[in-house]
Amino acid sequence: MPTWIRACATDDIDEEDLIRFDHAGATYAIYHSPDGKFFATAGLCTHENVHLCDGLVMGHLIECPKHNGQFDYRTGEAKRAPVCVNLRTFPVKVDGDDVYIEVA
Amino acid sequence: MAKRDYSLIGPDGARAVETGLAAAEWYHTDVPRKVMKELMQRSDAPAIRDTILLYGLMVLFAAIGIALWPSWWSAPFWLAYGVLYGSASDSRWHECGHGTAFKTPWMNDVVYQIASFMIMRNAATWRWSHARHHTDTYIVGRDAEIAIMRPPAFAKLILAFVGIPDVIAFVPRVIQNAVSGPTAEERTFVPQSEWGKVQRVALVHVAIYAATIALAIWMGSILPLMVIGLPRLYGAWHHVMTGLLQHGGLADNVIDHRLNSRTVYMNPISRFIYWNMNYHVEHHMFPMVPYHALPRLHEAIKHDLPAPNRSIAEGFAEMWPALRRQLAYEDYFLRRDLPPTAKPYREDFHRDALGTQPAVE
Ligand code: FES
Repeated sequence: MPTWIRACATDDIDEEDLIRFDHAGATYAIYHSPDGKFFATAGLCTHENVHLCDGLVMGHLIECPKHNGQFDYRTGEAKRAPVCVNLRTFPVKVDGDDVYIEVA
Repeated sequence: MAKRDYSLIGPDGARAVETGLAAAEWYHTDVPRKVMKELMQRSDAPAIRDTILLYGLMVLFAAIGIALWPSWWSAPFWLAYGVLYGSASDSRWHECGHGTAFKTPWMNDVVYQIASFMIMRNAATWRWSHARHHTDTYIVGRDAEIAIMRPPAFAKLILAFVGIPDVIAFVPRVIQNAVSGPTAEERTFVPQSEWGKVQRVALVHVAIYAATIALAIWMGSILPLMVIGLPRLYGAWHHVMTGLLQHGGLADNVIDHRLNSRTVYMNPISRFIYWNMNYHVEHHMFPMVPYHALPRLHEAIKHDLPAPNRSIAEGFAEMWPALRRQLAYEDYFLRRDLPPTAKPYREDFHRDALGTQPAVE
């Protein structure tokens, strides 16, 4: 059953940046977009299981730190080789100063 | 260790997968996120400036070379043009392939395609082989870009300075790619969805060379080939010189770039041609950092790295004798000593993965 989990506080993530969030054996990436919104994706790149948390957020793209593959973190769409497989995304809500993600 | 098998579909590659050497977690120096974010920032300005300078100089040198042709007075201009064509294209291919040279993606793509053509690499294939080089740097049987295999083939290394082995490998390959797409080895690292692209790129390259050769025949002169194709031979020496230093003589089958890669301080002209890839340990550790920020990255992490070589000459003086020793004993390598301020990494794993205590001076 889907559950909302508190991932972090809103000011834990700078604008145009991301952090890692681990929960129940799974790892996620939580993003703070330049327009002030929050998003969540699976934490590991679909190319070679490298964590995206050391990558670079540019606008609405996250660039993987290993081979510079890129995803649109709003949709998970793979945007630049060598990534070909889309990233899983998760619903996010902000309640007060807290960011929640909905995990299955 | 038994004789190395560099085939990507051979036993060493399979063993690297079994032992955990393949796709391992590599060492990274700790850098505060704020500093790293600043170092990773993209910018168009430095690469636009360098690209205008590069292509402007190429046009200038080629124009003078053509104007003075066939006099020997044209030779220095061809040599200068050749280095920019046959060597600077290597670093442009590399940086734009990573997508870090420019901030604007199409600029990276355009320069990447042009540079791939000049350096005689299939733009669609080499993107993937280079990803493998970063995943499994100098892991035998996994890395498709090992420049110096052991024992070193010296004749081939020396011929590489005039591009001969690369061109000999390129010609049948580009024709095969144009006819039937990627080779069996290439299919191990190029995803199937890209095979059509490999073929299309090869067809474009073949068409340009065919047109250049036809023009040369029609003119009864090699002049068109002096502009397109031959500079990959007569201008290759600089990228081979700098490229051999990247990993030559150092450890293979380790998962710490400080042990298998070499940072060398270089003069400003070589750094322009090579686009700062002389900071090679830094580049491998943090491929997200654009070429123009590598000197700053070097300053930020040098306390954790082996001492760099102070010049190209010093790098060769260290590397060349080590390669000669590998002729007789291919397990020999130069061990990189880490400074007291550096963190060691997985030494036990390295010993186990190598199977023996490595041979060192
Ligand atoms: S691991 Fe992310 S692009 Fe290769």
